[in-house]
Order: sequence, then structure tokens, then C-alpha cells
Amino acid sequence: MSVAARGLSHSYGELQSLDRIDLAAADGEVVALVGPSGCGKSTLLEIVCGLRDPSAGAIEVGGAADAAGRLAHCAYMPQRDLLLPWFSALDNAALALRNRGAGKGEARREAGALFDRFGLAGFEAARPAELSGGMRQRVAFLRTLVAGKPVLALDEPFASLDAISRAEMQGWLAGALRAEARTAVLVSHDIEEALYLADRVVVLSSRPARIVAELRAPDPRAPDRDAAVTDPAFVAAREAALRALHAGASADPAHPAVPFAPTRRKRNSWRRGAR
Amino acid sequence: MRAVLRIVLPVALIAALIGLWQIAASTGWIAEALNLEPFLVPSPAEVGDAIWHNRTLLWENTWVTLREILIGLLAGIVVGLALAVAMRFSRILRDAVFPLTVAIQSVPVVVIAPILVVWFGYGITVKVIVVALAVFFPIVVNTLDGLRSVDPEAVKMMRTLDASRWAIFRRVEAPTALPAFFSGAKVAVAVAPIVALFAELAGSSSGLMRLIIQDNANLEIARMFGSVVILAVIGVLLVGLTALAQRLVITWR
Repeated sequence: MSVAARGLSHSYGELQSLDRIDLAAADGEVVALVGPSGCGKSTLLEIVCGLRDPSAGAIEVGGAADAAGRLAHCAYMPQRDLLLPWFSALDNAALALRNRGAGKGEARREAGALFDRFGLAGFEAARPAELSGGMRQRVAFLRTLVAGKPVLALDEPFASLDAISRAEMQGWLAGALRAEARTAVLVSHDIEEALYLADRVVVLSSRPARIVAELRAPDPRAPDRDAAVTDPAFVAAREAALRALHAGASADPAHPAVPFAPTRRKRNSWRRGAR
Repeated sequence: MRAVLRIVLPVALIAALIGLWQIAASTGWIAEALNLEPFLVPSPAEVGDAIWHNRTLLWENTWVTLREILIGLLAGIVVGLALAVAMRFSRILRDAVFPLTVAIQSVPVVVIAPILVVWFGYGITVKVIVVALAVFFPIVVNTLDGLRSVDPEAVKMMRTLDASRWAIFRRVEAPTALPAFFSGAKVAVAVAPIVALFAELAGSSSGLMRLIIQDNANLEIARMFGSVVILAVIGVLLVGLTALAQRLVITWR
């Protein structure tokens, strides 16, 4: 299922977060959004998922333009794993099935069938607090997959992990995404992660986010993560992305991060007297 | 080890205090110091004796008071929970009802109980109403705070997993609110006996407070102490059972 956005803008009150973004992801493509922290990447992802509506512009996910339609097509994996501490790993993974009205036994059977493949066999009954960070992320990803949506929206899936488990999990996720062949939109602040996981990387500027560059990840990549990231083509792509990122992050006087001289303030009318 | 100490230490402390009191009362020190007749200062042994000999009378009145407390607690918790959930689902309802609940809470039991006695008589009705009114506020406020403390990110996550409003409530909001609800329940359980006694004071034909007033007038001091001991036991049991229920329900902490 494809994702297509044209001229997306979004603002929180007077604070503009997105500025005329064009974004496309073909069926089965993995697109990564990279940008400085706080640039509006997560807002863009929430708009794709139908959790938010843009202030201007149009977006379609599998032909659905309204928020409810987009929500029906997208599964969202948040930055923190957000496993519900009162449910077991298995019940967390099966959440989407239960939400759709499946019985407990049926939902557990269906989600449990995937535990082995994700290296979670034997941990079905464990509470999230008993799992390591990497395992929690795997349960969170499994929960997203079990939802069976054609589009996956991953918001910095490994930001909360230490460097070693992050590298390990990136290798694992690359394999899982290849095996699944679903469309995925991935947000990251880590260029290496983005280039390694995605087919295409979109580099965003600091707030309000504009697209400053689009790069195709070197193809084919070595299946082994360490070999892939040291490949000369990969290193060159990483440097190009890094340059674009730095250019986009530097101050742009036409788009101040914090707006000044606002035309109208609602509650802070006392400021008018002070000026 | 710690678990054993948590039982042994308070029991040892209470036993030591009872022992001290036994010595001080039976030797007549307290009565002498207060310049009283010795029968006005019963020893723990005499209190125990009074409880045993009056066990039927004490049990009948305890049952009356306990029933008032339990039915009032149940009514207050059920109504409080229902209202908190309804207020979570409807902002309009919350804005409309919340000031009223604060107003109800602000009227002291001492004031409202005599009026209710005029309306409803000496029976259990007044006590149940008064206990429910006192209990309902901590339940509503704590539960509502608990429901509002839900992680908005978790709600987003549930929405993309096709959760209905009800599914979000059931699987995310309600479990999130449980610890806060139990905080409210502990306050409720501690307040309920006091309020029930106040209501009995305002007008009753039976119950532990009624008995205490009579015994006070007749200088049945040992039996008065007996009633007090029973009330202390009820209080400890209610708080203990609430804590136990919390531990059994909230298994993820």
C-alpha cells in the first residue's frame, strides 16, 4: 500500500512544525525520515497514521485521505515501547486482536505463533518489567505487526536502547522488514540507522521541517550489519546525508524556530501594554 | 524476614503497651494519679472480662455498626466509581457535577446527620447515607485523577491498534487509575467508621456508639473500653483488607 503526501504543513498554534512536505512511499518501500531533534518528524508520522490532521496540504494512505481511513491502514510503533505493564508479553502482542473483538484464547494463539520467530519463545507469560530493553522493543514491534496493517509507522524504534543492543536490534529489524514486505515509514535521528534500514532516506531541516534532501540507500546491502555500514557506497551516502542534515539544521532567517512579533495573542494580552 | 518483622513488631508493641497498662491499672497507680475510684480505671484483664461477659450484647451492637459501615462504604464506592467514570467520558458532566461534589463534601457530617435523622428516623438509612456521602468524595477525586493521569502516547498507540473508546478505557485507562482508586479507598475505609459513629450519635437505637453513650452515663467503664477495642479491631481489619485487595489486584508493580 502506498503513501502520498503533497504540500503538508502543520502548526501548533503559532509554532509551525511542518512546511510544505511532499512525501511518497511506494508499496513495500521503507522510507526513513531523518532530521534534527524537535524538527517535527514525529508530527509528520502522526499525520501519516491519522492521529493528527495537517493544517494544509493533502495526504493519502492507500487511497484513504481522511484521518479514520489512514488510521485503519497504519500501525504505529511509538518511541517508547509503551508495553502495558498489567499485561503479559503475549497479551501485549495480541492487543490489536483483542481490540477487534477476538476472544482471549484465539488472540493468544495467533500472536503466540510469532514469538518463536522473534526470539521471544518462553517469555509469553513474562510481564514487561521482567524483559530486557531489546526484548521489550521486539514485543512492541510484534504488537505492531500482529495488527496486520499494510503500513508500519515506526517512531525512533530504538532510541531508548544502548548502542550495542541498538546495533543488534537494527540488524534484526532489517531482516524483519525484508521478510514482511510491508510499506514502512521510519523516523530516526540517526543517519546510519536510517540508511541501513530504509530504501530511501528523506532529510528534514530544523523546525519548521522542510525536505532538504532525498537519498537512495545503497543497494544491495550486505546482510551483515557491520559489513553493510562499512561499505564504501554506504559511507559515501552517509556523508552526503550528514552534509544535508547540517545544512538544514543551520539557522534559516526566513523560518525562525520561534515566531516573533505575533499579530494576535489570545490570553497574553498584558504583553500588548508592555510593548 | 522483613515480612515476619512487619507482623511481629506491631503485635509486640501492642502487647507491651497492654502489659504496662495492666501493671499500672491493677496496682492502682493511674487511679491514684488521677485521684479516681479504681473501678473507673479498668485493667486490660477487666476489659477482656467485660467483653467476654457481654459478648452477646457487644456482638449485636457491633453487627449494627459494622453493617452501617459496610453498606455505606459499598454504596459510596459504587456511586463514586460510576460518577468518576462518567465524568471521564463526558467533560460537560464533569464541569457540571464537580463543584456540587465539592459542596457536598464541605458540609460536615455533624451538621447533616441530625437533619437526616429528622427525615429518616433512627434506622440504618441515615448512617448509610452519611457514610456514603463521606466516602464518595475521596473515591471520585482519586479515581478521576488516576483516569486523567493516563499516558497520551499509550492512547495513540491503542488507537492505531483499532481500539474503541471502550477498549481504551478498559485496557489502558482503568488499570492506570487503579492505584489512585486504592489510595482513595484507603482514605474512605479510614473515614467510614468515624462517620458512622457520628451518625449514631445524632440518633440511634442501637450500635456501638449508642452503647458507649449509655455505658458512659452508667459508668460501665470496662465495657466502654471493650467497645473501643472492637472499633480499633474493625479499623485495622478494614485498612488491612483494603491493602490486601490492592496487592492482589495490582500485581504489576
